[in-house]
Amino acid sequence: MNLSDLKEGQTATVARVGGDGPFRRRLLEMGFLRGTEVYVEKYAPLRDPIELILKGYHLSLRVDEAARIEVEEVKG
Amino acid sequence: MSQKSITIALAGNPNSGKSTIFNNLTGTRQKVGNWPGVTVEKKEGHLKTNGCDLTVVDLPGTYSLTAYSIEEIVARNFILDEKPDVVVDIIDASNLERNLYLATQLRELDTKVIFVLNMADLARARGVKIDADKLSELLDVPVVFTVGNKNKGTRDLLEKIMSVAEAEIDFPRTRRVYYGKDIEKAVSELSEFIKEKTTAELPYHIRWAAIKLLENDGIVKERILQSANPQGEAILQEAELKRQRLRDFFDEEPEIVMTDHRYGFIAGIVKELVKTVSKQRVDVSRQIDQVLTNRLLGLPIFVFFIWAMFQLTFSLGAYPMDWIDAGVGWLGEGAGQILPEGIFRDMIVDGIIAGVGSVAIFLPNILILFFCIALFEDTGYMARAAFLMDKVMHLIGLHGKSFIPMLMGFGCNAPAIMATRTLESEKDRILTILINPLMSCAARLPVYILLAGAFFGAKAGNVIFSIYALGIVLAISIGRLFRSTLLRGKVAPFVMELPPYRVPMFKGLLIHMWDRSKIFLRKIGGVILVGSVVVWFLSAFPREVQFSRDYEAEIAGISDHYRPLISAAHGDLRERLLGKRDEAISALEILQAREKVERSYIGRLGKVLTPVFAPIGMDWRGSVAVLTGFVAKEIVVSTMGVLYTVGADEDEKSEALKVALRKSNMTPLSAYAMMTFVLIYVPCLATVAVIRRETNSWKWAAFSITYSTTLAWLVAFIIYQGGRMLGL
Repeated sequence: MNLSDLKEGQTATVARVGGDGPFRRRLLEMGFLRGTEVYVEKYAPLRDPIELILKGYHLSLRVDEAARIEVEEVKG
Repeated sequence: MSQKSITIALAGNPNSGKSTIFNNLTGTRQKVGNWPGVTVEKKEGHLKTNGCDLTVVDLPGTYSLTAYSIEEIVARNFILDEKPDVVVDIIDASNLERNLYLATQLRELDTKVIFVLNMADLARARGVKIDADKLSELLDVPVVFTVGNKNKGTRDLLEKIMSVAEAEIDFPRTRRVYYGKDIEKAVSELSEFIKEKTTAELPYHIRWAAIKLLENDGIVKERILQSANPQGEAILQEAELKRQRLRDFFDEEPEIVMTDHRYGFIAGIVKELVKTVSKQRVDVSRQIDQVLTNRLLGLPIFVFFIWAMFQLTFSLGAYPMDWIDAGVGWLGEGAGQILPEGIFRDMIVDGIIAGVGSVAIFLPNILILFFCIALFEDTGYMARAAFLMDKVMHLIGLHGKSFIPMLMGFGCNAPAIMATRTLESEKDRILTILINPLMSCAARLPVYILLAGAFFGAKAGNVIFSIYALGIVLAISIGRLFRSTLLRGKVAPFVMELPPYRVPMFKGLLIHMWDRSKIFLRKIGGVILVGSVVVWFLSAFPREVQFSRDYEAEIAGISDHYRPLISAAHGDLRERLLGKRDEAISALEILQAREKVERSYIGRLGKVLTPVFAPIGMDWRGSVAVLTGFVAKEIVVSTMGVLYTVGADEDEKSEALKVALRKSNMTPLSAYAMMTFVLIYVPCLATVAVIRRETNSWKWAAFSITYSTTLAWLVAFIIYQGGRMLGL
């Protein structure tokens, strides 16, 4: 399952970050590491981007960017 | 006594409160400029303490020190090349884990570092208590607590800076990130290899260089090649070999594994020094966002904020604008009376005062606009605006943050282009700058009002609206075109933090606003000054014109003719005669002024350019009008006033000018073509100057002039010739 498949209010654990070199690394540097819990706070009014909470801060990603993050253990 | 001078670099994540600490340290003694060669803003401040000259350099806010963005490269190069005496890392205590990521990287650079735990009060309010002594002990780095927005801890920080700067510290080799057995082995082997191969002085210390080579850091690779010649090649090969081996072993890029290790190291530290006092979290910021980025309310509220910003800028700004206008008028009159008649006076009054005055008048708008922008930025709302608008802007291949500069363009392009500084990606910034003038600014409106009013009567409103719409459609198409050709590359990823809302500091807002307005005043003032003099020169020279008629003699003749009549008449008749005489004289004077412009250099230029402008339906008068419009677009109207036989002071409301235009050889079609030309062609002088400044290159400014004028001509040509073929 991908992060972009989650609904508002759901939590999941990062399994793998896909995508290419620098962008992938940036996501990891922002804290998307395997095992990190990510909470989907909300989608923007036009359904894109997504607001997420991880490691205690709020971050937004475009839907197609979130689609590159595989998640597991979906809760909520 | 010789003064000691110390350089301090401020590093930190975006939104860590870095600029507040910077303001607290340096007050208003700041210098804003660009980092050499790039368009990243550089802020520098000075202060004196204990007989020391302190220079504080505010590095761009970054999340990491990889070579991911220009900001990161700039920050890293400054620390490595300029070797500041102390690097102060501002850490947002309420967001410790991610902030420590940059901190561990700074620690690796082997430079004197101080950690500042900022906004610990906020962290405490969230129920998180941080043990600073523990952090200091664990990383072997001095730690200071500050609360930036209450100006707490600034003195402690200064004292710590002084003591660290003066101390002879051996950089601790322990207590840094341990990358695991396999990577550490590769790092030390590669370090040995580098040591063996090269005797030359490396720009970096060896362990760091080895780590970066294993991370495949482009800039470090390049520098090694340059400085470790002829062994550079061998070093890079060895590094690639080790990367390959690690990649096979981990089934993953080494840099990803290393990122993992850094966060693992941080997690260990955080566990030791953070005590969660209570689980209860009152997150005001999140509650605010329940409303401001709400699915239903978010966009209407955003539109309201933008509307309010425009209202403030243009309605409130109108009062001081009037004062400046009056002031400029008074100054011009005053100078006209004091200075002796002649070319020098004309240049001062008609060239410099009128020209610079016409730009200075925008200062109130710019101050208010930038105050609002600073408010959006410092509260954290700007990130929400980008969050709301990203989907829309993504259509043009731009980032959500581009929306505000584009919108501001409808007011005035010059400050709008300056507002692109909030964009992080340079390509995004340049693209936004290039298409910004297509947002029809307020100065072009008088031209539309005049032409649409003269030729389209009741439909004028719709016609003007269509011009604005044309600008937007062109901006979208040109944006997509440039994105896929000139500024090719992926749209900057939207990995954007939504920082907690904060109450801005008034002083910070004022500094923010003034920094930008100052640039407008100083730099634009210079270019506008020169430009105004040039246009004045072109329209005022040659001084001696061979007129087709002897206007002086004719005017004298009229005076002579009326003199006996007037002196004989009384009461009403006398008044009427006086009026008739003045009317006759001013009619002649207008004809004279018109002929003077026609024979001036700019008039001749207009005539020379007739073959260029004829295919788009403009005669020499239209050509001259758009040429003078380069200084400021509203000047097109006053020039047309002169050329189409109305007084030069007449404004766009003037019925007489409209009548004159209808009597000329202009048609609704050619008027529409001219309006589209005025919409698209070369941005005004002030805007060009800002483009040059913000892109840091004449090349982009020249490109903007060329592409816009070519496009303007093409669009006007299609409209005019197409319309003629349709028999309009």
